[in-house]
Amino acid sequence: MDSSVALVLAQDGITNGAIYALLSLALVLVFAVTRVIFIPQGEFVAYGALSMAAINAGFLPPTMWLVVTLGIAVAIVDSVAALREEAAARLPMIIFKNAVLPILALVVVRYLPLKSLAYPLQVAIALAFVVPLGPQIYRLAFQPVAEATVLLLLIVSVAVHFVLVGLGLYFFGAEGGRTPAFTDGGITLGATYIQFQTLWIVGIAAALIAGLALFFERSIYGKALRATAINRTGARLMGISADLAGKLCFTLAALVGAFSGILIAPITTIYYDTGFLIGLKGFVGAIIGGLASYPLAAAGAILVGLLESYSSFYASAYKEVIVFTLIIPVLLWQSLTKHHVEDEDEH
Amino acid sequence: MKIKLSIKPLVIALSLIGAGNALADITIGVSVSATGSAAVLGGPQKNTTELLPTSIGGEKIIWIVLDEATDPTAAAKNASKLINENKVDLLIAGSITPNVMAAAGAAAESKTPLIALAPNPADGEKFKWTFTMPQGIGLMAEGILEHAKAHNVKTLAFIGYHPDAYGEVWIKALQANVAKYGITFGPIEGFARTDTSVTGQVVKIISAKPDAVIVVASGAPAAMPHSALTERGYKGQIYQTHGAPSPAFLKIGGKNVEGGIIVAGPLIEWDQLPDSHPSKKVGGEYAKLYEAKFGAGSLSSFGGHMWDAWQIASRAIPVAKKKAKPGTAEFRAALRDAIESEKEVAGVHGVFNMSPTNHNGHDARGRVLLQVQNGAFKVISK
Repeated sequence: MDSSVALVLAQDGITNGAIYALLSLALVLVFAVTRVIFIPQGEFVAYGALSMAAINAGFLPPTMWLVVTLGIAVAIVDSVAALREEAAARLPMIIFKNAVLPILALVVVRYLPLKSLAYPLQVAIALAFVVPLGPQIYRLAFQPVAEATVLLLLIVSVAVHFVLVGLGLYFFGAEGGRTPAFTDGGITLGATYIQFQTLWIVGIAAALIAGLALFFERSIYGKALRATAINRTGARLMGISADLAGKLCFTLAALVGAFSGILIAPITTIYYDTGFLIGLKGFVGAIIGGLASYPLAAAGAILVGLLESYSSFYASAYKEVIVFTLIIPVLLWQSLTKHHVEDEDEH
Repeated sequence: MKIKLSIKPLVIALSLIGAGNALADITIGVSVSATGSAAVLGGPQKNTTELLPTSIGGEKIIWIVLDEATDPTAAAKNASKLINENKVDLLIAGSITPNVMAAAGAAAESKTPLIALAPNPADGEKFKWTFTMPQGIGLMAEGILEHAKAHNVKTLAFIGYHPDAYGEVWIKALQANVAKYGITFGPIEGFARTDTSVTGQVVKIISAKPDAVIVVASGAPAAMPHSALTERGYKGQIYQTHGAPSPAFLKIGGKNVEGGIIVAGPLIEWDQLPDSHPSKKVGGEYAKLYEAKFGAGSLSSFGGHMWDAWQIASRAIPVAKKKAKPGTAEFRAALRDAIESEKEVAGVHGVFNMSPTNHNGHDARGRVLLQVQNGAFKVISK
């Protein structure tokens, strides 16, 4: 292998690694705040990419019906809860926010000339009809069992994953989708050719990571999430709603996932079930970070990307084996060096 | 207690009437991957069952169509359910190779004839009961190797589903045949359907400088390594297998797959076949029926195997019925024998000549070479 090949592989590894890094951050965030191992994280990648492909081809994003349906379901569940607490005054707001708003958005989008819209607007519409699924799923699937064990939350998570993959096939069909690059072409740096899209991916991933760091350091919501992650009961005693924290981190996870999908859709074909494997590789990154450290998770994810790229050159048939085997020494190391905490003690 | 006693004979009588009816009907069990990753294959196969007749020679046919969801475990369950609960006379199953293998075991054990919709390495007792509709990989591989030899290809590299059943059979078929054509085979690179990048594999292939590359994958994912090779400036001939040709392949591949040569069954471009080709007529019939029901441009090569399964079954059923009553083990055995002795049956994918040693029965009429020209598949002769 000469240096130009090594550079090509490094570039490929870092590009994929940047996506895995974003997903691993989302996974760490969701786990830290809600103790949910968020298996469906990858589905948001596929949903984001395929919704974008649909809009780009001039079709309505198929997920909008799901957003509306789940919105109505959330409105009903929240209304019942509000009535039980005898807080009927909250009803109009609940119904407007959850059910009316998505329907309004749907009506507006119906009359937009989707195909001829500017690219950033198309991205915004794709996000608008995928990201709400995050908090909706939290409200319907996880909030009712928020205090359950990690294992139970994991099982719910697996169930949600299967539902979303099945719906993905229904919405988008078995054929994959691909979108045009943000900017066509690329530049030649020394011996390597770098596509502009690659630069976009790495740049936006870095910007998103920096943005998330700022959000956690500076904003009151970010601090609330951090407080919940450090000590759920303590945070609640300080007046931080665990439900709000849960919804907020699921919103962020959905946003990061869907945006990752939109980022990679121009360089590869995404299928309705592609997300799972991408999500799993992000998960390997998150495991390297012990499901707790953001910088370690991001570094781990980049390592996964590089390892994948180089092993696809040297031993392509064993690529996945090599990547996922990485998890074993990491887990061994962690179980040897870290104090073990029982699930039940966490409450 | 009294009531129970009086009802009992009635129930038995009714169930006997029901059973009597069921015995005269012919039950055909279908298990295809209508969902899951092979939905591109199984979907059209399931659709095709809706076009098939519900009676033959005055006898009712009961079609039981199940989804095996691209999962060999589900395929095995479906096969045993169809055989043990529905007592099917004939099983048409397996959109992908592992699922055929799952069904073939159950079929051989219960002595039920199985028409497989994917190439498979069934042997021994399993082979005895399994008939395979798609062209054998060896037949297709020779089509590519013939073309490669005629165009002075000396080295052929491989990128495909590996490790995976489809990739493995192609690797074996190519390794077994390349020497005959004076071609060196390698390097062999693998990728998976859901991979987001094949850069490593493609870089490795290009640095080995082969005269030609064969991509062994299915549908749109087959376009990914093809595009990556073109984008990285590979100038040699790129071959594709019959897993590839589909509208999705052209859509995803775009300009990058232009010039690629695909070995395929005759169905996809049936209207470009010469009038003398036996598949032109039956292919046209099927294509028109299918597109009338499922929309123009919906025709897929994979659904054709289900149509061919019916071409085979509809000739064998009347023969078997003369020997035994549907629903019995004797009928299933007679049906198997009848299928095994079918000669010159024109299907949409070529002509079948079954024999005790050949349960696939295809010859060179079962393959055509297509080239991507101006975003469409064109039949080429050499």
